[in-house]
Amino acid sequence: MVFEGDAIMSLKPSSFALTVGPLLFNWSADEFSDFYARIADEAPVDRVTIGEIVCSKRTPFYADRIPAAIERLQRGGKQVVLSSLAMVTLEREKRGARELFDQDLLEVEINDLTLMNWVKPEMAFSIGPLVNVYNEATLAYLARQGARRFCLPPELPFASVEVLAAAAAASGAEIELWAYGRIPLAISGRCTHARVHGLSKDSCQFVCAKDADGLAVRTLDGANFLAVNGVQTLSHISGALIGDLDRLARAGVTSLRLSPHTGDFIGVTRAFAEVASGALSAKEGLARLRQSAPEAAFSNGFLFGDCGAAALHER
Amino acid sequence: MSAPHKLELVCPAGTPAAFRAAIDAGAHAIYCGFNDETNARNFPGLNFSRAELAESIKYAHRRGAKVLIAINTFPRAGALTLWRNAVDDASRLGADAVILADIGLLDYASGAHPSLRLHLSVQAAAANADAIAFYARSFGVRRVVLPRVLTVQEIAAINRAIEVETEVFIFGGLCVMAEGRCSLSSYATGKSPNMNGACSPASHVEYREEGGELVSRLGGFAINSVGAGEAAPYPTLCKGCFEAGDYRGHVFEDPSSLDAASLIPQLAEAGVTALKIEGRQRSRAYTEAVVRSFRKALDAHAAGRPIPAGELRGLTEGQQTTSGAYRKTWR
Repeated sequence: MVFEGDAIMSLKPSSFALTVGPLLFNWSADEFSDFYARIADEAPVDRVTIGEIVCSKRTPFYADRIPAAIERLQRGGKQVVLSSLAMVTLEREKRGARELFDQDLLEVEINDLTLMNWVKPEMAFSIGPLVNVYNEATLAYLARQGARRFCLPPELPFASVEVLAAAAAASGAEIELWAYGRIPLAISGRCTHARVHGLSKDSCQFVCAKDADGLAVRTLDGANFLAVNGVQTLSHISGALIGDLDRLARAGVTSLRLSPHTGDFIGVTRAFAEVASGALSAKEGLARLRQSAPEAAFSNGFLFGDCGAAALHER
Repeated sequence: MSAPHKLELVCPAGTPAAFRAAIDAGAHAIYCGFNDETNARNFPGLNFSRAELAESIKYAHRRGAKVLIAINTFPRAGALTLWRNAVDDASRLGADAVILADIGLLDYASGAHPSLRLHLSVQAAAANADAIAFYARSFGVRRVVLPRVLTVQEIAAINRAIEVETEVFIFGGLCVMAEGRCSLSSYATGKSPNMNGACSPASHVEYREEGGELVSRLGGFAINSVGAGEAAPYPTLCKGCFEAGDYRGHVFEDPSSLDAASLIPQLAEAGVTALKIEGRQRSRAYTEAVVRSFRKALDAHAAGRPIPAGELRGLTEGQQTTSGAYRKTWR
């Protein structure tokens, strides 16, 4: 939840809502339940986006765990947002996406513009990072249809974020940025995970479950490069804006998205909360991220560097 | 079965010379763009000035062909004027349609030019009937270029459920990722199809001899490696060789290109209105050969004759072709 006027009333250097993004990976039902229970009980976050975004074939394995997870998160004081699938093609995927609107209590995050065909002015919805909002005209159009919050495409440079945050403020909407975790770069009709195991999407044997943070893709000379997650391709690097909160706040960014990973993810949420509140310096925050995710390489290259992978070569 | 309906052949042109060649070879429609970042093939030396486009449109119209202007990148925040001017100029110059992807630009075009025909670019990745209905209802879009993630059966189902026309790719380069939803190039180079109209741009490509191999790099990342003396493929990111677990090779897609000529009857049956050839960056000679061959194929189909197969193999990347997502096994 974002409290209006917070930035003025508080002495904190910056004030952000923290959002846990939808789990991108194919974790087991028990891992799913445990993860959201811990988020509910321990993570200092305001909002949790929950639901399958990458591949509809995974949903049956944990769909019956979602209501309990939502209830627990709400008891833990978190706002719950339902995530839609990133690319809707099949009839059952369309039905599933449409059903997200059948409840009228929870906000829906739109990750495929298909869902725009069903929104009505009274519905609560936001726009996820996989929807192409590159400019103020698109943002204003979607805000007029009722979009409350925009998690912007991670490839945008900071100059665009500044313009979009001003446009969002004028529309009464909020701006969220991809602040932590491997960055979604592409989605395909084909399942790369199945392909590298000699399988196809229809006969995939759910091999994506073997890689809880994605399957590393290295160049032939051994450089870390990308990560495969079913039909999705992610960056090898983990986006990390923990050192940039002051300039993000000045630009008008109001919310930060932390994308779930293995390791000490609760520690990640705490590091962001403490840097945002001024309890930790940006440098200390980055050190804490390194402790929480020792395998990860961090970058803010899309926003502030020459390219998304900037700084990757340094490690 | 009723007589096969006539398919429209939509052909690429990167230069005025290729434009005229494509018309002369039998294109029903040409798609092309302005020489700036408003179109998704923003390469040096390619595309049209306003004056060139005015001349080209006259050339096409005199021969009964249509001209579709691609303004299909996503306008940069704070710089909408460049894209809006492109729409205004396309309308003023007499374009038969503009091909757009961005919601804000569609909203502008439908408001400022209510009589201008709007096509939805493949970059908008509208992959089902409801997404298409949203664009048709909100902006009056009349035709949708379908993303290359659908099977022929799925295309048929979409056409049964929508009231606007569809156009599909039939030949040329093949994106393995959903178009308009891919940031692989900007991850490695800072330049992306969505923002800059460029994928794996030549400005970030290097070829280097390394240990007896010729390595092609993009933004410093090794994308391909061949033995000395072999032809090094262009390092398009998603067509590269990588390691993933125990797999070593073309992780995302083989260096093949799309050739769905053999599926022309099925695509017609699926209710498709137009077939699109990719390749605005290609030479005039290539464009002419491909257009001529496909016009022949469409004429054969319209006359109920079999489609001549395989004659374009010499023109395709790496000599390998695929029918891509149109067949379910590709996935």
